[in-house]
Order: sequence, then structure tokens, then C-alpha cells
Amino acid sequence: MMMFLFSMKAESQDILKGSEVHGSMQLDAAYYLKDNKMGITDSTLAGQLIRMNAFTEVNYSLGNFTAGMRFEAYIPPLTGYDAQYNGVGVPYWYANYKNSFIDVTAGNFYEQFGNGMIMRTYQEWTLGVDNSLQGIRVKIMPVKGITFKGVYGVQRYYWEPFKDYNRGIVKGFDGDFNLNEMITGWADAKVKLILGGSIASNYQHESTKDITSNGQLLTLHMPQNVANYGGRFNLNIGGFNWQTEYAHKINDPSARNNYIYKDGNGLFTNMSWSQKGLGIQVMSKWIDNMSYKSDRTIVNNMVDINYLPAITKQHTYALASMYPYATQPDGEVGISGTVTIHLPKNSPLGGKSGLSIAANFSQVNGLKQTKLNDTTAIGQTGTLGYKTTFYGFGNTLYYQDGNIEVSKKFNSKWKGIFTYLHQAYNKDVVEGHVNQYGIVYSHIGVADIAWSITKKLNLRWEVQGLWTRQDKGNWAAGLVELTISPAWFFSVMDQYNYGNNDSSQRLNYYLVSAGYTNHTSRISLSWGRQREGIICVGGVCRYVPATNGVTLTLTSSF
Amino acid sequence: MNKKFRLIFFMVLISSITFAQENVFKYKKLPSVNIKDVKGQVFNTGSISNDGKPVIISFWATWCKPCVRELTTIADVYDDWVKETGVKLYAVSVDDSRSMTLVAPMVNGKGWDYTVLLDPNSDFKRAMSVGPIPHTFLLNGKGEVVWQHTSFAEGDELNLIEMVKKLNKGEEIK
Repeated sequence: MMMFLFSMKAESQDILKGSEVHGSMQLDAAYYLKDNKMGITDSTLAGQLIRMNAFTEVNYSLGNFTAGMRFEAYIPPLTGYDAQYNGVGVPYWYANYKNSFIDVTAGNFYEQFGNGMIMRTYQEWTLGVDNSLQGIRVKIMPVKGITFKGVYGVQRYYWEPFKDYNRGIVKGFDGDFNLNEMITGWADAKVKLILGGSIASNYQHESTKDITSNGQLLTLHMPQNVANYGGRFNLNIGGFNWQTEYAHKINDPSARNNYIYKDGNGLFTNMSWSQKGLGIQVMSKWIDNMSYKSDRTIVNNMVDINYLPAITKQHTYALASMYPYATQPDGEVGISGTVTIHLPKNSPLGGKSGLSIAANFSQVNGLKQTKLNDTTAIGQTGTLGYKTTFYGFGNTLYYQDGNIEVSKKFNSKWKGIFTYLHQAYNKDVVEGHVNQYGIVYSHIGVADIAWSITKKLNLRWEVQGLWTRQDKGNWAAGLVELTISPAWFFSVMDQYNYGNNDSSQRLNYYLVSAGYTNHTSRISLSWGRQREGIICVGGVCRYVPATNGVTLTLTSSF
Repeated sequence: MNKKFRLIFFMVLISSITFAQENVFKYKKLPSVNIKDVKGQVFNTGSISNDGKPVIISFWATWCKPCVRELTTIADVYDDWVKETGVKLYAVSVDDSRSMTLVAPMVNGKGWDYTVLLDPNSDFKRAMSVGPIPHTFLLNGKGEVVWQHTSFAEGDELNLIEMVKKLNKGEEIK
């Protein structure tokens, strides 16, 4: 081996010229404290006071060749992450070669067909989601404007290696046709049209399954191959864009859909029009029985083959994100619209520095379902489940959100963002309870004001209120944040549940944080209480339990 | 098989770090990844350039408050920056299919003049080893990354334009 290395040294100056190494890392560690008021006791902590999630990813490239790997450690995982993550290892590694005709990856990869309704593998560190495929991916670009992709592999499931068909084998094929690039003379046309089609297939070995339903033991036939296929288009005319994708999934009985045999389908359509100073966007989504996993027995966020984004707006202010929506893959129908307006500087309404307004509305309902016949209950195991009419809105409201955000720069030192939201959140449906909480209606107001004390010194306040008669009642929150460019930040935040019906739960959730940034490295330390809640990215959510403690976050890249 | 592959990979990695003449941690060339522009057309990131003038690449998302704050702050002075230095800013959105179509209305709605690109499955983000956003890269006229930074605090933009001016004068960025 040493000989090999030495011989490489002689030639390396030529061979390795142009090689690059890049990577990133993150470490999240916590020291948890007891907090009797929050119900955190010695027995809930179970002695595991210090916990850590961390990863390091390194990528090496030389010309058209790239290879990389990611090391992960969850020892033990932070609270709120699945205990099955407990462990260390290298769950992600790959080698890739590409040129203008072909792109081949062996190992783990992330891939998305169209909008992802048929296939999307991705990783979201903060959610603990990683459904990467391990296998082979080939992309071919035979002529300009045409791309074919083929994937073949098995998905990651925590640390469990694939063996003895313990989960499915996933295959997928996608074709993408950009007509403006394919057809001579269309390149400069104002109308741009892209067509695409995909199919994914999941093979699971078991052909029968014993399930107990209503006290009866049923032996059900399981389809070994489950296909999900569909088409899409993207039409663009200047500032107008229209995107649509339709998918159809064949019968796929699973723990998620209570082992029914109904086919699934979904439609996602999206229109936007904008010109300088004005943007309008509307979208709608219909999904019926579209959960598609490479292991039919799994009900959590792992081994999803497809991706069903929520169409509701993602909020980031603490109280505005108290009741976030999560996609219901079994079925939902919804609409959403956003208008963004910018009134320019020195206009009558824009004032001296301009004014931006963004208004958004979204509503999601359950499907209108009818019984198959008098003797079969809706969703009964081993049957076709129920009947629906395409785009039929059911009576059950899942979520509604109307919000308006005004951003105003007052002068060179002061600016503010003012937000008002009204949300209706079906806590039972989104969080999976049965007739326990009903719908939580809330009014939320946020004022976010920034003051430039000097060019490098900035102070920012947030004042937030959430008013509701349901669930935990009213909340007030405040934040003060000081940033010193380019390195430091300090913040103090408190969320106070002053309106809780249970007076012992009228708690202050205080959090004190400080951080330091040097180029791409950032270290931050915070101390305080984290309220029980839900963190969501893209309509996929993770439950976060209440904690009290000290958290250290370190991120870096090179 | 797995173990063997990892060993070989590490060998190549370590030998390249040890023996390569140049600094392997510098981006001499941007990775070439096919992402999209706001019209849905394919855009290869290898073609990011600005006629020999500096380039800023900012990774952002519509739901990321500090990212929007950074781009809003720069938008106020961007006209002057372009006139004075010829710099060009590429705003790479990592919004996924949930919010990807909100990008163009937001950019236009806010009146931003950046070149906006869409990276809905984070392919370019991953190729550039970007973790949390906002993450900003500064490229010199040759397309080499000379500086990068994560997070945004008001005032950071002043540092950024200072470095662009230095690059135009042919000075080194530390």
C-alpha cells in the first residue's frame, strides 16, 4: 500500500491536478435538565442527560468524477428523533461520473421526478428524514432537450441494512422533453413547453399478510409489485407559468391506509403570473390514497418513495408556526393563493422607501367519501375502501390559513414587518387523535422591528400574540436580538402561555442564545425551555417534545 | 464491499490532500449541476459567469427569514453595486415543490433584479456543501470561489461589496 502511495506521489502532480475536496459538518448536542413544571422528571430523562446528533460529509471531485460519503452519529439521538437512529455509521456514500451525454451514480443518491408525486428521495437533517436510494442511477441526455433517468435501488431505513427482502426494491424511470430545445426554431419562442412522464415500481417479497381487523383474522393477498405513474407539463409564456402533474398509483394495501385495495391518484396544479412589482400565484392539490412507501408496514416519515408537499404557507415566527399543517397522504383536497405587491420608492403609497405586501390564503379539506355498499364501512380492511368523486371537497376542514404581511422601510435606520394570521387547525386530523380536540381557531399578530444602531450593529424585536379559545388558550411572545456584523448574535426570547385554562401550565418558555460566525463556521449556544410542538419542512413534520436544557449547535463547511 | 469501497475512497482522498500541488479545498471551478431557471428551463451551474467580473451566489428560500432579509437589504443598493462594480448576483432558491412556484412571484413582487435559479431537490446545494442557509459565495472574475459565509446580519452586505471592489482592483481576499 505504501508503495502504491509513493508511486502515486510521483505522478500525482499531473493526475490529481484539478482535484477538489469539499464538505460540511453539523453537530447538535444537548444537555437536558429536569423541569417539574413541564413534566420532565428523572424518570422521563432516564439518565440520558447528554445527547448528540452529528454528521460530516466529504465530497471529492476530479474532472468529471465525484465521490463522497457522510458519517452520522446519534449517540443517543436528541429527544424527538426516532430511537432507531441510535448509532454511528456511514449511511451515505457514492461515486459519480458524468459528461454531457451520461451521468452515472453508484451508491446512495437523491432524485426527484417532476414535482416528486411519483418519486422523490431527499434528506432533511432537522426532520431526521433521509430516504435516499442505494443502488444505481443513470441519466442520459441523448439530444439537447431530452433527459432520461433510470433508478434502481433500496431505500435507507435508519441503520437497518437491506437483506432478506426486509423492505422493497424500488425502480423508476423518467423522461423529460423540453420542446423548445428539441425543435429547431423554437429556442427563442416566447411560449416554452416542457413535457414529462415517469413511472416508479416497488417490489415487496411477501405475497400474503395476516391482519386482524375487527377481531377477525384475515389473510390478505399482497400485490408484490406496486406501480405509481403519471405525466406532467410546464408551460411558460413570459411572466406566466403553469405547472401540472398527475399521478396514478395501483392498489397498495398498507398499514397507513388500513390495508385497503383502492387505487390512488393525485393532481397538483400551479399557476403564477408576475411582473415587476406584482406577483400572483394560485395552486390546488387533490390526493387520494397516495402514501407510497417501500415498506407497507411503516407509518412514520421513513421510506417514502414519493413526496406530497403541503400547499399551505410555511411560517417561521414562533407563534405563527404553533399550528402547522402536515400533508395527509390518505386524502386531502385544497387550494391556495398568494399575492405579492411592491409599491416602489417615491410613489404615493410606497412613501420614501417603498412598501411590500404579501397576502396568502389556503384551505385544505378531507375528501368526500361514500360507502362502497351498505355492508362495508368506509376504509374497511381488505376492501376497496370507499368511493370518491374527483376533486370532491369533503365536509371536514383540515386546515385554513389567511394571512397578510406588510414590510416597510421607514428610513435608513428603521424597518418593520407586520403580520396578521387567522388559522383553523384540525388538531385531531393533523396530529392523529380521535375526536379529542376538534378544530383550533386562532388569531395571530406579529410585529418584527429592526433598528440599525450603526452600520454593523443591529437590534431586532419581535412582539407576538396568539389568541384562541381552544387547546392551550392564549399566548404572548417577545424576542430581542442583537447582531454585530459579521460575527456575533445574542438573543432572548420568551413565549408565555398566559391563557392556559390549567393555571399550573401558564408557563414561560424562555430561551437565551448566543452565536458566533466565522466565514462558514457557526457556533451557537442556547439555554432554556423548548415547548412541545411540531417542526415542519415542506409539509413533512416531526414532533418535538418539551425540553429544558442547554443546546450547542456547530455547523461548518469548506 | 462497503468497507472496501470506503477504504479506497479514503486512500484517494488522503493522497490527494497530501500530494496535490494546489489547495484542494478551494473551488477552482463550480460543480456542473443541471438546475432550473424561473421559466423552468435547464440551467447548468457550470455556466455561472459574469464576463470576467465578480459573481455573488446566494442560497436562499422563500420561507427563510434571514435569507429574505439579506436579499431585501442588498436589493436596496443593488443598482449602485452593479453600476460601480459590474457585480452580478445569482439567487439560488432551494424551495422544494411546495413553494418553488412562489419564487418568481416573490422575486418580482419585491422587485428584485437578481438572476434567480431553482434548486428544488438541493442538488446544487449539496454539490456546494451548503448546510444552513443563507449561505453566500463570492467568486472572482475567473470563476474561483474566493470567500464564503453562512448566516446574515445587517451590515454584512457592506463587507461583501468591499470585497467585490478589492477583487476589481486585483487584491487578494483573505
